Amino acid sequence: MSTQSLESKYTEEQYSEVDQYQPATRTGRIANYVDTRVGGTGMVREFGRKVFPDHWTFMFGEVALYSFVITVISGAFLTFWFDPSMASTRYDGSYVPLQGVEMSTAYSTALQLSFDVRGGLFMRQLHHWGALMFVMAMAIHMLRVFFTGAFRKPRELNWVVGCTLLLAGLGAGFTGYSLPDEVLSGNGLRIIDGMLKAIPMVGTYISFFLFGGEFPGDEVIPRLYSLHIFIIPAVILILIAVHLFMVVTHKHTQYPGPGRTERNVVGYPIGPVYAAKAGGFFFVVFGVLALLAGTFQINALWNYGPYDPSPVQAGTQPDWYIGWFDGLLRLMPGYIGDIPLEFVIPTPWGGNSVATPVLVTFLPITALLLGLFVWPWIEAWITGDKKEHHILDRPRNAPGRTAFGMAMMIWYFVMWAAASSDLIATHFSLSFNDVLIWLRVLFFAGPILTFIITKRICLALQRKDREIVLHGNEAGVIEMLPHGEFREKHTRVSDYELYTLVAYESPEVTPARPNAKGKVGLLEKSRVRLNRTFFEDRVAPVSREEYIEALSHDDHGTPAELPAGSVGAIESRKS
Amino acid sequence: MGEHGNGGPNSGAVIKAGEGRSSGYAIDNPGLPPHRPRLSDADEKAAKRAERQVSALFLISIIGTVMFFVGYFAVGVTAGDLQMLRLQNTLLGLGVAFAMLGIGLGVVQWARALMPDHEVIEDRKPLRKEADRAEAAQTINEIVDETQIKRRPLLRNTLIGAALLAPLPAVIVFRDLDRSEDFGPERMRHTMWEEGVRLVRDPTGTPIRASDLTVGSAVHAIPETLREVSGHGDRLAEKAKAVVLLIRMNPDDFEPVTPGREDWKYEGIIACSKVCTHVGCPVALYERHTHHLLCPCHQSTFDAAEEFKVIFGPAGRPLPQLPITVDDEGFLIARSDFTEPVGPTYWERG
Repeated sequence: MSTQSLESKYTEEQYSEVDQYQPATRTGRIANYVDTRVGGTGMVREFGRKVFPDHWTFMFGEVALYSFVITVISGAFLTFWFDPSMASTRYDGSYVPLQGVEMSTAYSTALQLSFDVRGGLFMRQLHHWGALMFVMAMAIHMLRVFFTGAFRKPRELNWVVGCTLLLAGLGAGFTGYSLPDEVLSGNGLRIIDGMLKAIPMVGTYISFFLFGGEFPGDEVIPRLYSLHIFIIPAVILILIAVHLFMVVTHKHTQYPGPGRTERNVVGYPIGPVYAAKAGGFFFVVFGVLALLAGTFQINALWNYGPYDPSPVQAGTQPDWYIGWFDGLLRLMPGYIGDIPLEFVIPTPWGGNSVATPVLVTFLPITALLLGLFVWPWIEAWITGDKKEHHILDRPRNAPGRTAFGMAMMIWYFVMWAAASSDLIATHFSLSFNDVLIWLRVLFFAGPILTFIITKRICLALQRKDREIVLHGNEAGVIEMLPHGEFREKHTRVSDYELYTLVAYESPEVTPARPNAKGKVGLLEKSRVRLNRTFFEDRVAPVSREEYIEALSHDDHGTPAELPAGSVGAIESRKS
Repeated sequence: MGEHGNGGPNSGAVIKAGEGRSSGYAIDNPGLPPHRPRLSDADEKAAKRAERQVSALFLISIIGTVMFFVGYFAVGVTAGDLQMLRLQNTLLGLGVAFAMLGIGLGVVQWARALMPDHEVIEDRKPLRKEADRAEAAQTINEIVDETQIKRRPLLRNTLIGAALLAPLPAVIVFRDLDRSEDFGPERMRHTMWEEGVRLVRDPTGTPIRASDLTVGSAVHAIPETLREVSGHGDRLAEKAKAVVLLIRMNPDDFEPVTPGREDWKYEGIIACSKVCTHVGCPVALYERHTHHLLCPCHQSTFDAAEEFKVIFGPAGRPLPQLPITVDDEGFLIARSDFTEPVGPTYWERG
């Protein structure tokens, strides 16, 4: 083995500099103390002036993050009083209607928290509103990312982290919803139990293991509590860290516009502007949630009574993000005509039952959730686009994706609305059966119609953009020409506005590519078919030739109406 | 508009993915628009006004915090007084809301009106440099070489074997999540009902005389023996299977009976499991005119006249019927257990 050289990459001065520096101020001394121990200089250099693009749609991720923080803080407060035990007790708190009623300790401490701990009710409501806001902000954030194409390379993995966060958020929400052990959440658990039991082969056992025996038993609440306050929040925290780390690695995306390119980031530096705005925004989110918690009652659990398998209220609703699971359960019929969909597979040991009406509901759930996770790869496969993207798409400029996304949203909303089918019927004095039948029709027809309509709207908006580019904006001034013709004046937009309208990618249909054997496989054929639905009806962006042509034909936009800067630019381009 | 064409599929520009480096577009990237000064940039009075606005918002925050103290201390412990609780909750909520919104809106306004609003351009770094990649690849190769794992397959294979088995205890250890003595799906076939068990009202536990029920009435019933079950959890689990709905109808309204069920009713009184065959919610709504039962969770509708056949909704089976009769004293009793498992369908049900 060769001897290693003792020569260092760094000079002796670089090492001794650290000790020689004498800070002048008191703050400087503290900063230097920390810096010489953990090395903060590098962080400040890297992040102090890091640039973040600013746009109102970039705010939803922040709302989600802040709602989560507020939910964790208020949740920690609740844990000091709430006892998740299912041991039986007799309520002796200050809420008169339930005094003397036998209930679980979980329910009685949830009541104690609401009535006998000052600020307890406020914190409970803050926690619940925070959780609703957390999931809602995540969902809207994901829609923003989807419709602007921000999930494309290099951000596919961060999209997957985001999808996992959404699922974890749903898990956190449902486990929390079930903790107070009153009639409402108990029936929610009852439904989960019924869905678990429908799973072939393992379902019955999963239910036994979750409930520690037959439903409801006296084990499930403490188990959900462990999941709710320890395991799921830990997962969420880790994923948030990974998510944000990747945001820093990739730098933020930005909307197309003057000065923006695929190679730069335009925005405000973290210090001071972005830090102030984002930091201030935390307090705004906190304030809004506090306002909701203080003025809008949520989950008045003292009205429901302790869980008992016999009573149930009509018109109960799950928390909004669970709605679509519940709606699906309602949409699926148990019989078609007089033919039951449930059946028994005959076996020597007495047959196995297939709960088709419940099992079928797992299909759209799986399709939607799985589709969410793999969409970046599906789209890249359809479009054949393997390039990096940092400039976002305006939704209209990706009509195929926008239409598909809207179709899926409507599909989701039909399932979600179905969870309130009974309330829709009672509020609008409709037949419940009719409401459900129409929702079933919409379940199939809604996404298709939405796809077609959305695509047409996108194309129309693109044509409108073309008209503005080639023709200018309507000035709202009607002029009469010498020969008597009336005409509306148009004013040309500035180059800065123009650039936003013309700077987008617009691929054509990519024809089928034969494989190595010179054949076009089935997979390739379906790719091309999807590629067609995406790109066939395209409205092309204005080309340079068209634009120069339009300018030369410009008989009612005199050069005097052009913004000062752009005339020169266009003249030089013509030559 | 006509002379320009409408951008049909075969006109205009085709800009393929990743080529959009400005050169393909109708005009070149004009660069950042010139900065427009805000009022507060140009006019010191406007800047002063913004300063006062921000301070006012911070003052509102202080008032909010004071309001919280008022709600907490002045209203005090409400001890069951719902009016006072509502007042306290509102004061606490508004207090925190003002405290937080004051700071938040103040800081945001500060950033918007007074901090510089010049947009800054920063270059994106390439995600990796080729030289770094090559170096990293070499490092990994060296590490793999040094472990000798490629040269010694025995090491690799035994390690894979061990690594596959080692996580199994982490799964197995959860076996005792259900440590019931009668573990398994067989227990779901039985409820507390058996011959001679009285039907009593839920939750009072009073026995029911057939003559107490008028035509059109419905009663929620449980087995009299339920109260003998010790343990809150066990009692709830038994109740979750045994809850029954008793209905008295006009005997003429019943459709013809399935053979073998002729003596399951007593006069016009018929009993069914209250646990929905869909996913298990209590089927608690009874409409006397149509003799339909409705599950409020997913709206499965059952017809009591036709042995609880499903007439609408997602349920896949009729509600199980409980055979009943009366004892010597005229109280309603069960003739036997349910003849099929109650509640949602499960794989082993058969």
